[in-house]
Order: sequence, then C-alpha cells, then structure tokens
Amino acid sequence: MTAQAQDPYRIGRSGGGEGEETTGRGEGGPASKRTTVGYGFWIYLLSDIILFSGFFAAYAVLAKQTAGGPGPRDLFGQERVAIETAALLLSSFTCGLAGVAAERRNLLWAQAGLLATGMLGAVFLGLELSEFAEMIGKGAGPQRSAFLSAFFGLVGLHGLHIGVGLLWLGTMMAQLWVKGFQPQILRRLMCFNLFWHALDIVWVGIFTMVYLMGVAP
Amino acid sequence: MLGKLTWSAIPFSQPIPLLAAGGVALALFAVLGWITVKGHWPYLWKEWITSVDHKRIGVMYVLLGLVMLLRGFVDAIMMRTQQATAIGHAQGYLPPEHYDQIFSAHGTIMIFFGAMPVMIGLMNFVVPLQLGVRDVAFPTLNSTSFWLTASGALLVNMSLVIGEFARTGWLPYAPLSETSYSPGVGVDYYVWAIQIAGVGTLMSGINLVTTILKQRAPGMGYLRMPMFCWTALGANMLIVAAFPILTATLAMLTLDRYLGFHFFTNEAGGNMMMFVNLIWAWGHPEVYILILPAFGIFSEVISTFSSKPLFGYRSMVAATLFIVVVSFTVWLHHFFTMGAGGDVNAAFGIATSIIAVGTGVKIYNWLFTMYGGRLRFPTPMLWSIAFLMTFIIGGMTGVLLAVPPADFMLHNSMFLVAHFHNVINSGVIFGAFAGITFWFPKAFGFRLDEFWGKMAFWLTLAGFLIVFGAMYVLGLEGMTRRLQHIDFTEWAPWLYVSVGGIGVMILGVASQLIQIVISIRHREQLRDTTGDPWDGRSLEWATPSPPPAFNFPVLPRVHGEEPYWTIKRKALESQGLGDEPDYEAIEMPRASATGVVTAFFATLIGFAMIWMIWWLAALGFVGAYATFVVFAWRDEEETRISAEDVARIDRARRASRQAWLDAQGEQPA
Repeated sequence: MTAQAQDPYRIGRSGGGEGEETTGRGEGGPASKRTTVGYGFWIYLLSDIILFSGFFAAYAVLAKQTAGGPGPRDLFGQERVAIETAALLLSSFTCGLAGVAAERRNLLWAQAGLLATGMLGAVFLGLELSEFAEMIGKGAGPQRSAFLSAFFGLVGLHGLHIGVGLLWLGTMMAQLWVKGFQPQILRRLMCFNLFWHALDIVWVGIFTMVYLMGVAP
Repeated sequence: MLGKLTWSAIPFSQPIPLLAAGGVALALFAVLGWITVKGHWPYLWKEWITSVDHKRIGVMYVLLGLVMLLRGFVDAIMMRTQQATAIGHAQGYLPPEHYDQIFSAHGTIMIFFGAMPVMIGLMNFVVPLQLGVRDVAFPTLNSTSFWLTASGALLVNMSLVIGEFARTGWLPYAPLSETSYSPGVGVDYYVWAIQIAGVGTLMSGINLVTTILKQRAPGMGYLRMPMFCWTALGANMLIVAAFPILTATLAMLTLDRYLGFHFFTNEAGGNMMMFVNLIWAWGHPEVYILILPAFGIFSEVISTFSSKPLFGYRSMVAATLFIVVVSFTVWLHHFFTMGAGGDVNAAFGIATSIIAVGTGVKIYNWLFTMYGGRLRFPTPMLWSIAFLMTFIIGGMTGVLLAVPPADFMLHNSMFLVAHFHNVINSGVIFGAFAGITFWFPKAFGFRLDEFWGKMAFWLTLAGFLIVFGAMYVLGLEGMTRRLQHIDFTEWAPWLYVSVGGIGVMILGVASQLIQIVISIRHREQLRDTTGDPWDGRSLEWATPSPPPAFNFPVLPRVHGEEPYWTIKRKALESQGLGDEPDYEAIEMPRASATGVVTAFFATLIGFAMIWMIWWLAALGFVGAYATFVVFAWRDEEETRISAEDVARIDRARRASRQAWLDAQGEQPA
C-alpha cells in the first residue's frame, strides 16, 4: 500500500501538494468535499453537546428540588436502564459495522447493519417511553417537581435525538436502496455514524449522572 | 380549529399599532404589486430567492438587517418621545402595556434582526472572497440560514397586528415570563421567533467556521488570513459555542409555559436565577459575536485608508482569540446584585476588567496602523475614527460598571442603558456602516455618494452623542430604565436634550436613505470599473465589481499576508499583468428552493405553536421533512460554467486591470 492509501486524508499533517486531496490546512487549497462535510458535522456535534450541557446543568441545579415528591431512588429501576444502555451501545456497534460495509460497497451488509441499528434504537426508545408513561401514571410527571422537570427535559431531549435519528436512518436506508452508494449518500452515512456515536456518549453521561449518581448512597 | 386565535387578537381599539401595521402592509403590497406588474418575479425567484451564492445571500442578509434597524429605530423614537411627554402631570401617548412591548421589541429587533443579520451578511459576502475561494462550505445550508432568520423577523413583526409582543424586556426574565405573570401570546412570539432565527444563526456559524478552517486558497495559512477572516472565525466559534445555550434556555422556558414544567417557576422547586445565569451565559458571548466582526471591519478599513499593512497583526489575532475565550467567563456581571457574595462578584468583576485588555491591544494597533500612514478620509474611514474615539468612552464606563460596588449603584439605571448603547452603537452600528460603504462598490459595481455619506456620518455621530450623553447624566442622577412615566420633574431638561438628539439622528437616517437614492441615480458617475476602488490590499479587490458567480476564474496562489497588494506591486514593477491562465470549466452549486420552502414551513410551525393550532404545527413539521427528503433525493448538485464563459468574463477583468496599469505608468508615482 502506498502512503496515500494508508492515510487518504493526511490526518494531522499539514500541506499536501497541488492536485491531491488535502485537508484544507494551509498550503493545499480547499479541502475535499468529504473532509469538509465531516468537519462541518463535527462542529455541529460540538454545538449539540453544548445544547445537552445546558440541560445537564439544569439537572445538576434542580436534582435535589423534589418539592416533597418522589426522588430518584423512588423512581429509577436499574434493570430497564441496563437493557436500554445495552441496546444503545450495541446499536452503535452495528452502526459501525454498517459503515465498514459501506466502505466496502457491500449493500446487503450495509442495509443489515443499518436495520439492526434502527431496531436496537427503537427498542431503546420504546423502553424509555414506557418508563416515562409509568412515571406519569404514578403521578411523577414533569409537572410534579423541578427535579422531575429537569429529568424529563434532559432524558427527553436525548430521546428526541434518537427519534429524529431513526427518521433520518429510515430515510437514508430507502435512499440507499433506490440509489446505491453515491458519494453524497456515503458522506451522509459517515455523518449519521458520528451522530449516533455522539448520542451514545451523551447517554453514558446521562446514565452516570441521572441513574447511577441518583441512587448512590 | 384555530387554537387561541380569535378576532380579538387584532387590536382594533389601539390606533398606533393598527396604523403602523396598515402603513407597513400598504407599502409591502405596493412593492409586491410593482414587482408583479413589472414582471420581476421570475428574476427574483431564480437569481435571489433560491440563490445559494454567498454574495447574494450576504446582500439579502444586510438588506433584512437594515430594514429591521429602521423598524427598531422607530421604536426608539417612540420611547424617547414618550418619556419627554410623560413628565409630572403629563401622561404621554403610550399606555404602559404598549410602552412595555415597545422597549421589548426594540431590544429584540435591534440585536437579533438588525445587528446580527447585517454582521452575518457582511461575513457571508466578504469572507469567501477574502479567502480566495468560490463559495462557503455549505451553500444550500447558507440559504436556509438566511430564510430562517427572515422567518423569525416575520413572526416578530406579525405580533404587531395579530396578538401582542412580550412585555418582559428583550430577555424574558423568569418568572415574569412564565404563564402566571405573562399569560398572553407575547412571550410565545418572542420564544418561537428567536428559536427559529437562532437555528438559522447556529447553522450559519457552523458554515462559516468550516469555510474559514477548511476552504482557503492554496497557500493561505492561518497567519496569512486577513484580519476580518480572523474576527469572523472568532465570532462564529462563539456562535457555535453560545447559541445552543440560548436554544436550551428558551426550550426550558417553552416547556414551562406549554407543558407546566418547573424549570424557572416560583413553585415546586423551580429556580428563576438559573434562567438569568443561562441566558447571560449566552448573552455575554453574544455581545462579542456582534463586536468581533466589527473589529475586523475597522481593521480592514483603517489599514486600507492608511495605505499600510495592519500594525501588530499577530497581536491582533491573539487579542481576538483572547476575547473569544474570556467572553465566557464574565456573564455574572449582568447581575452582580443577585447576591452571589463578595468572592464571586470579585472574580467576575476582575474577569470583566481583564477582557478590556484585549480590546485595548486592538485600539493601540489601530492607532499605530494610522501612525505614519498616508491617510485618506472617505466615509468608511470617518466611521472608523469616530468608533475609536467614542468606543473608548463606552469601554471606560464598562470598566466602571465592572466594579461591583459601583454596579450596585448604577445597576438598571439609565447610565447602564447609555453604556451599552454607547458600545453597541459606536462599535457594531458604526462598524456596519463602515463595512457597508466599504464593500458596497464590490457588491453592486458603484460607490455610494460621498457627500450624503458624510452628512449621514456627522448627523448620526452628533445625534448619538447628544442622546446618550444626556442618558449618562440621567443615570448618574438616579433615573432607572424602562420608565413609562417620569414623576421626578428635575430630570426633564436632560430628557428634552435626549429627544432633541434623536431628532438629529432622524436627520442622519434620512441622509442614509437619500445617499442610497442619489447613488443609484448617479451610478454611472460612481461606477467602479477596476474592481479596486479603494486601492485595497486583500483578495476581494482582485475580482471585478460585482464579482462573477464563481468569484475567481483560477484560485489565487497566496504567498504572504496581503496577497492582492503583492500582486499589484508585482504588476507595477514588471509593468505587466501575469500570463493569462488556462481557463477551465467551473462547477458551481445549483440554486435550490430548499431554504425558502423550509422557512415557509418554519413560519407555519412558529405561528401554529404560538396560537396552539396543533394540526397546523404538525402539517408544518411534515412539510419541512418532505422538503428535506426532496433535497436529499436530488441527483445533480452542481451546474457547470463553461471554460469559454469563464475566459470571456476574466478577459474583461484583465482588460480593465491593464487600463489601470497603463494609467499608473503615465503619472509618476
């Protein structure tokens, strides 16, 4: 393999001569479309993480404000959260497999990976919604206390992202089915992968801060 | 069926908003009718509304901003006249509930829909040209950003006739903005307009950051970028880092208002001070989002008209990045009186004083750029010099307010109002006018009339000093802000001075409008044939005025900090232009209606959510999703400009440059 094939985007290196694919860092002129799209999507993800951090901050401020209502220990069951977490982390793995299959232009495995990702995401979302419904049924809805407002706000925002991600995923699978591996679809697939992994990372934060620290002695 | 919307939403009993709205509607229909009669719709639709060209979008942004600045200025006139006519026994002409809407709308419109679009528009227009590239990183996203901003502006202006606007001030502090104290739709108008426009701004920030970091002409390393690109980078990094906080805060307020959550309420453990903290964690960086591009404009203008490279380029870059970082550590100075305690107040007071150092570095750099230069004083330079002198006063009153004990006395007074108008006017507004007059010939191919430009400058400067000078005094005499009625008659003389000042400013605004009309009429005399009307130094002046859609026939190779200056020197020394390049066909992004259609559905969603018309909101979401899918499904993303066309356009440019070069040769330097 040539050096170019091993490191096609020359990550971490400056320059690049004329005509070859460059990273946009200085000498070589504008970056390739793939680099630009991925980079822009990273910037978007950073802004999304800040959106979440606003809700994390609100949760940290309001976590103790139960207003005489139920607290974390009365509400959170560990089994369901464990299954949710397993489903989401596994979906990230299958999403990565779909990405690898797309790199190798294997339509069957790419679609299979995306389908598995979507189904695991749906399992996660279904479990989360059942948790919400149970809590609201017990009179522990977001109107009950500031703690519950912050909980529904933070976890709900993550759930909303997963929901939008599933819509995106379905659209993209249909597009892949009709059009095959076009460059712009491959770029979107890369962005989706980044998005899905980022949601995983956010979930790790939620799992730790809400579900583990909430019930810690 | 129509949610909360009934005929009573239209204020038939209040003549002022009704007449104003009637006037606006009449003017709007006149313009639309004229366009229809003249048959300009196909041109407008193809060349502007669906355009993804960064230059066109930039122009539309600036136009939107200028119209909204006028709207906000009318609010300002109403506030000044109300206060001058409501002293002692007099009651003025605006009832309190209307006056409260006016000061809220004034701040909201001026910041979000006046200053922001003008600055983003200038960055959109100039940055790709200065970087020597053909467009921003994501052209269709750019168009969507603009139309979402316009959608937000539309919603705010709809509140004039359908319902009401917020009475909470330009930042809807909780719990005043909660349903128990603001049951009407005013706050909802605010929330949805700002959310929709905010999404547009965030996408624009992502777009420009990616453009500056990933799309530059070959050879343009970071430390060869023009200063305006650096400050644009700083401002857009701040947008990416700060606007999500605003989105989160307003989303929480929306949940409180619509679904009975308790983020900021008085009851059930809600924390209203969290609102103030969150909103200013966005709000203070926002100040720098506005001022940093203006700093960039002043850098370009002062360097060009001093005929010298910018003094202390690297220290300017460092100062810009310093401001970007430190702007996130000062938010608490907006509410020293919250009671956070002496230690916390001291820390934020010191941070606030320190951030002035970055600006101080810049002021000295601008002064030293002028020192020893061959100075010229056209309108953009006048705005820049006035900025240097008046901004220092605003900065010093800011450092005064940064001292917590002083702030306890001056908090919420007219002194504070005078301070932030001082910095925003002389920084952002003067910067905007400097930038607009500076780059107008590049956008339209002719210069703005100098006489009326200078009239506008002197009148605006004089009016501004009178209005806000008087306000400083009023603040020191203890007058608080946002008063609908003034009981204390001793303040009357200064209020009269202030209203006189606004009269002078009205003349200044009139001069601006006359300037535009006169310039369009005399455009043949004011024509810029060379593309370089000011003897510029950066790459935007290497293109013809107005630049072709593709900006550069061949991407320029950059060898230093002032690429166009180098090209000109080389041409003069060798008495010839470089060899004609090999022209190739250029692929440009295709026009797309995605932006304007998305914004149409966003407006529907916003309006439906404000009035709780749920089916319409759902329809809006489905429509927006469908638009997204249609866009994602298109196969051809680009159109081709043939090599012959490129050659034809560039040969015309080279001919005009050759004429310039010949003229230079005749007159000894």
